[in-house]
Amino acid sequence: MSVDVNMSVTGNAPEALSVQQKLSSALGLAGIFIMTLSAFDVGFQPKTLWLTLSLVLVAAGIIWYTKASYAGLPEGIKNDGVYFKSLTNRGFWAYILGLVLTGFYIVLYFYPSWMGLNSEGDNTGIVALFDPLSKALSGNPASQWFVYGTLYTLAILGFGIKFLWKYRHNSYQRLRTFSVMFFQLGFAFIIPEVMARLNNDDFSLPYYNLVNIWPLNYYNFEQYRVDDFISAGSVGIGLLIFGVLSILVITPILTYKYGKRWYCSWVCGCGGLAETAGDPFRHLSDKSQNAWKLERWLVHSVVVFVVIMTTAVVYSYLNNGGYWLSGGAFLVSVASLLTLVFAWVMIYKREQLQKDAKYAAIGFFVLILALIGLHFTGISGNIFLFEAETLRSTYGFAVGAIFSGVVGVGFYPIFGNRVWCRFGCPMAAILGFQQRLFSKFRITTNGGQCISCGNCSTYCEMGIDVRAYAQKGENIVRSSCVGCGICASVCPRGVLKLENDTPAGRINSKEVLLGNDVDLMDLVNQNQKK
Amino acid sequence: MKQEHIVIIGNGISGVTLARHVRKLSDKRITLISSESEHFFSRTALMYVYMGHMKWNHLKPYEDHFWGKNRLELKQAHVEHIDAEHKQLTLDSGELFSYDKLVIACGSKPNKFGWPGQDAEGVLGLYSKQDLEQLEAWAPNNQVCKRAVIVGGGLIGIELAEMLATRNIPVTFLVREAHFWNNVLPVEEAKLIDRHIREHHIDLRLSTNLDEIITDEIGKVKAVKIQDTGEILDCNLVGLTPGVSPNIEFLKSSTIELNRGVLVNRMLETSASDVYAIGDCAEQREPIGKRPPVEAVWYTGRMMGETLAQTLCGNPMEYKPGHWFNSAKFFDIEYQTYGWVFPQPEEGHSDFYWEHEDGKKCIHIHFESDSRIFKGINTFGIRMRHEVFDHWLTQKATVDEVIRNLKKANFDPEFFERYENEMLEAFNK
Repeated sequence: MSVDVNMSVTGNAPEALSVQQKLSSALGLAGIFIMTLSAFDVGFQPKTLWLTLSLVLVAAGIIWYTKASYAGLPEGIKNDGVYFKSLTNRGFWAYILGLVLTGFYIVLYFYPSWMGLNSEGDNTGIVALFDPLSKALSGNPASQWFVYGTLYTLAILGFGIKFLWKYRHNSYQRLRTFSVMFFQLGFAFIIPEVMARLNNDDFSLPYYNLVNIWPLNYYNFEQYRVDDFISAGSVGIGLLIFGVLSILVITPILTYKYGKRWYCSWVCGCGGLAETAGDPFRHLSDKSQNAWKLERWLVHSVVVFVVIMTTAVVYSYLNNGGYWLSGGAFLVSVASLLTLVFAWVMIYKREQLQKDAKYAAIGFFVLILALIGLHFTGISGNIFLFEAETLRSTYGFAVGAIFSGVVGVGFYPIFGNRVWCRFGCPMAAILGFQQRLFSKFRITTNGGQCISCGNCSTYCEMGIDVRAYAQKGENIVRSSCVGCGICASVCPRGVLKLENDTPAGRINSKEVLLGNDVDLMDLVNQNQKK
Repeated sequence: MKQEHIVIIGNGISGVTLARHVRKLSDKRITLISSESEHFFSRTALMYVYMGHMKWNHLKPYEDHFWGKNRLELKQAHVEHIDAEHKQLTLDSGELFSYDKLVIACGSKPNKFGWPGQDAEGVLGLYSKQDLEQLEAWAPNNQVCKRAVIVGGGLIGIELAEMLATRNIPVTFLVREAHFWNNVLPVEEAKLIDRHIREHHIDLRLSTNLDEIITDEIGKVKAVKIQDTGEILDCNLVGLTPGVSPNIEFLKSSTIELNRGVLVNRMLETSASDVYAIGDCAEQREPIGKRPPVEAVWYTGRMMGETLAQTLCGNPMEYKPGHWFNSAKFFDIEYQTYGWVFPQPEEGHSDFYWEHEDGKKCIHIHFESDSRIFKGINTFGIRMRHEVFDHWLTQKATVDEVIRNLKKANFDPEFFERYENEMLEAFNK
């Protein structure tokens, strides 16, 4: 139970689940229980039957729970009792779920053998349970990643249905949810698995989810993948080029037109899980200014880290020769590109950056150039002072595994569903940087209609204090906004609207809100005289 | 030079808006006095705490460090007396507190019309933080509160009904008018909301008045008696929500001129020098346009705060609210209004009403019959742009122009179904 002033700590509020909700939860948990038991090799045979049973039980549990929660109720916002329930108010069950999830991620990343992964012989345990499905899709036995991918997809689909039902009155929410369900099922799960079927002795493509873009997909340009792409002929080269164009051309265009939401809340798998399974925890994000400060430093540090790491990794294998691009040329291109971006921002967008952002940008830019410079002057033998491999494994461990997985999802019930997206995702940071400076997207506020109720801020998963802008009549243009549109949905007075419009006048700070008929020109002139 | 000391009684939207703007414009010393809560909170959002959508801290629009950082002094006290001659306040602690300029922004209190039993335990309004705490104590669930009766069919009454319903407490809602909020809404909209209230399983009793509140031997509510029929309804909670009136009891011992509220002129000055009044508690000596002299609305409180801040900072400015606007949400149906729509079109005015077949969305437009000048719109279940309607009202656009261009005014989220063509078709018939 929380310690701050919560008027409902009486515990008398209707926090209890209905009978149907309890039964459906039990049904879903039974599915999980089968998978858990299978870890101890209790000999579920035939596997296909037990796997199907467990997956169906989970799906049926979620759907039944959804029906029990929303069916028969009028369409509308369904946040009643969110802060009374133990699971969604950092109570006992929230911590239990947090422990279970973090535990799962730790096993998944660091002890896959506990799940029954066996690279030498036949799988056992949970991984073996999933073998039939994996063989049906890709023809190969399952791995811990296949188990994870299947459960991940199941979560997005199941809880996606729940979200669709919850917001059935809202077309924006519905379309967006269909979209993340589609990209997860198709692009992240089925297509890469089926693509693996095409692989043979002289043609091999790496596992590639086309919409998992570098730097989120931080390993996309590692040597083994690049070698695979190149050896796979024109298809592989095409995919490699697509990977490069994705970050350099495609995402900037789409982000300019629609804001970063096109990716973060319509396409991305991390976003997909956050928006569906993570939706019940969205209000737990920290809205304080301190959290915002931490977010800016942390997420941009990760960007710098991933740029340095990837540059070092790519450089080190290019430098060994055998590629049409030399290591040196690559380094010069990276330095030129960064210089171009930096110069553009400093020349055209300087006034839109806060002081600390400016200092940070200069600092980071100088740091990267200095490191590249150090290398060329021969002062440091290693690019960026460390072995590329050290950088890579550190990033993979600290960011790839701990941050995005263990903390990012494991802490959903404690810190909210977008911890990773907000504090750690370098992709979100790059898109956000662009969204802030060069995009048509904004959340418009509706004249003087805001009553400062705080629903928008409370339910912002990215921890943006939306109300702070809305009550001033100022549009919301924030780099972290993923455009989920929930602020606009929960607003009781119709104040917020996500829009793409001309970039001019996107940020519109107002002296006096609409509705008060003071002579604004008079006021502006007087203020100038002062 | 010593800075002028501005003392504000009340830390609601009016007082806080004033304080913020004065701080933006000057270095004056500012003190906000309130006995209700330490920090400013959004009164309109009280309901969401009881419903479990938010916690108390979420109602506060500014973080707690905001006040110190902006040198806005907060004093938790209740003002007992104002001595306008010596510019001095007497606080409940007995302390004397001096001011250079005094702003009364003390808001409203719920109306009570002398019903027997209206002060019993278990009877409350829904206005203050304390009301919320009472409600939590008296109606935590449907075991403790087996039925609640709400008296008064306005915005607060329906909020209270929605709140209690989320805890599965059966609610009987007594509305004096023939339909919900029919003294403000035209009958079409009022009926639409009637249906929606009943869809949420509220026992809505129209054209029904309260006779008395019946208490048990220890003075606790046990039932209400309904006028006319004499029916007795057992209940554990009575919500009295027949509107609010200025909270001016504590001013009666002062020399400040009062009527229903604190009388002010267009400069928001009271009869005492260097004493001003803004927000719910202020009463305009001369009503402004078609506005009532006392306006208990979030937005007008805010606008008075914005205006008076200019005056206090050496830029004297009359309070000139622009075109009327308001909004609310009735359970799941949002309502916005721009300009004037009355229960009946005024003399020489006509109206246009369109309702969607689902019975949950509608618009109602009033206009001058001869000149066809647009006067106002009610919109339910469809969001509209404030700026566009404000512009149309200023430009005296005709109803035809408005209907033809309604698309420009739409503020619904992307991909929502649009009804402008349907409306235009209905209008042209």
